[in-house]
Amino acid sequence: MDELFKQLAESLSQVSGFIYPNEAELHWALLIVIYPYITGLVAGAFILASLEKVFKVKEVEPTYRLAMLTALAFLIVAPMPLLAHLGHPERSFEIFLTPHFKSAMAMFGFVYAWYLMVVLLLEIWFEYRADVVKWSESQKGWRGLAYRLISLGSSDISPKAVAFDQKAVHTITLIGIPSAFLLHGYVGFIFGSVKANPWWSSVLMPIVFLCSAIVSGIALVLLLYYFTTLVRRKTPEMSCLDKLASFLLYALIVDLSLETLDFIHRLYESEESIKILSELIFSKLFLSLTIVQILLGTIGPILLLAITRFSRLPEELKRVGYFIAALLVQVGIFSTRWNVVIGGQLFSKSLRGLTVYKMQLVGAEGLLTGIGFLILPFLILFLLVKLLPPWQESRSS
Amino acid sequence: MATTCERREFLLKLLQLPCSAVLLSVCGPLPLFADEKKEGYDAGEHYYGMGIQVDKCIGCGRCAEACKAENDVLRQPYYFRTWVERYVVYGDGEVTVDSPEGGIHGFSAAQSDREVLRSFFVPKLCNHCDNPPCVQVCPVGATFKSVDGVVLVDKDYCIGCRYCIQACPYGARYLDPRTKTADKCTFCYHRITKGLLPACVEVCPTQARVFGELKAMSSPLRRLMRMSNLQVLKPYLNTEPKVLYSELDREVR
Repeated sequence: MDELFKQLAESLSQVSGFIYPNEAELHWALLIVIYPYITGLVAGAFILASLEKVFKVKEVEPTYRLAMLTALAFLIVAPMPLLAHLGHPERSFEIFLTPHFKSAMAMFGFVYAWYLMVVLLLEIWFEYRADVVKWSESQKGWRGLAYRLISLGSSDISPKAVAFDQKAVHTITLIGIPSAFLLHGYVGFIFGSVKANPWWSSVLMPIVFLCSAIVSGIALVLLLYYFTTLVRRKTPEMSCLDKLASFLLYALIVDLSLETLDFIHRLYESEESIKILSELIFSKLFLSLTIVQILLGTIGPILLLAITRFSRLPEELKRVGYFIAALLVQVGIFSTRWNVVIGGQLFSKSLRGLTVYKMQLVGAEGLLTGIGFLILPFLILFLLVKLLPPWQESRSS
Repeated sequence: MATTCERREFLLKLLQLPCSAVLLSVCGPLPLFADEKKEGYDAGEHYYGMGIQVDKCIGCGRCAEACKAENDVLRQPYYFRTWVERYVVYGDGEVTVDSPEGGIHGFSAAQSDREVLRSFFVPKLCNHCDNPPCVQVCPVGATFKSVDGVVLVDKDYCIGCRYCIQACPYGARYLDPRTKTADKCTFCYHRITKGLLPACVEVCPTQARVFGELKAMSSPLRRLMRMSNLQVLKPYLNTEPKVLYSELDREVR
């Protein structure tokens, strides 16, 4: 506790203007930045995957299974930072047992369970079922056992059964798209519905969250697809990368338009909070909002993608261009989450002062924990990929 | 014949079901209520609120001090169930607000040669909103509005997610690092249920704080409501506070 008091004393000494005395402590820190970032990646990756199944975009087919596994790996990690952030993680099950139905947050468990159980796991199971059955026959030892377990006792790989699998995948994807919208739109609602906070309180928040989720998900799958093909010493399919880059570009433009609309709307309405919010943007958030989120993370990739996608560059150069753009997008979307979550707590609700956020290096809410939560999904993805190879050449059929 | 019989039995059972439900609801919980009555406090008979006469507050900070002592609030200046703010409006329209250590040691005189238009103190605390956003957002229902209108936190149930702290527009909540649960003003619930006044009201030397029944016909608060033009903080948020301010300046947020 002494450590906390020392931190709070330091924060208080850097406050400008007036804050309510209880506002010295910043309550939602790095872990709550990571949570919407990760769920955004889940929703985005799933929506990209559904392009192939529902909208028949054949070019992105090589990324379908990878995108689904990515969504699953990140979804498994998504609740962890939340849990670690709770004062009493051991009481978290109360959200399931005695949910307060008027609370937006109480719905988290149900939205999460629905998405994990009904959408992701089921769709991945049907998609892989025929392959898993074949692998269970061809593989020996623990791998064979694992596949037999995953197959849940099914062994029918007749054309009729496989056709049913595909039909099931199609249907689940149809349910999955609104569910993915729900998953991340809901995270936006958690922030957007806090009327006490003028930086968060906006009806656009769920939509902006959703759009940036799609952006980050496409960019992540692009990065992973590019990286995994290189590691496997294959050449990525250019038509696939081109399509991904196009979708990323369009999603970025929609995202930027929405953010601009939000900005102009606030400026034009010029409510009571406009003075302190302007001060916030031009001081505490200048680097993370103007420079990183808007210039480096949005406008930069838009220009880079537009130039590489629609010019006659050699393929190798194009790929590098896409890769850099997708990396920049990740940095940009992370800072978007940062600016929402941390930015919303850097000004006093008295609208008369600004406070500071000092990130700790170690500890439950420290930088190292945060990095851990960001690396963990990739480790899980690695295991998933080992178990359920998403590559086209691994398909047994 | 058999079908008629079955139908009759079915109808009888159908009738028994609501009857037993009614009986249970009438007789079942009766002993429970009886126990509550024995303690002498019936929450249903009260509806509390607080009036604050801004022009009477002298900024001595005794209320903040008494609150900390009475409710075992951490001494560190980041945790307050109640605090006092000082507003200084200068001639050129600039406004400064301060609340050094919640005003617990009072305020030092403003060191400035500038012309001061007006200056005043505003005691703050949980507004015990009738439409409380903190209660709305709590995912497990650990914070709730009791029958007598007081917003309370069950610290044995709170999961420490801090959503209520974010949702409170008045900065009235904090996370107690000892219990890792949300904490806030309770109107000194342990006192008021015994017929005593909240500690802050008890110690106020100028009677700037008036505690009492919002709905009873004769209560000091009711009198204040009749005699003064009362306002609430941030009325546009529709939180319907039950802490009412008289002579509230427009600069106060």
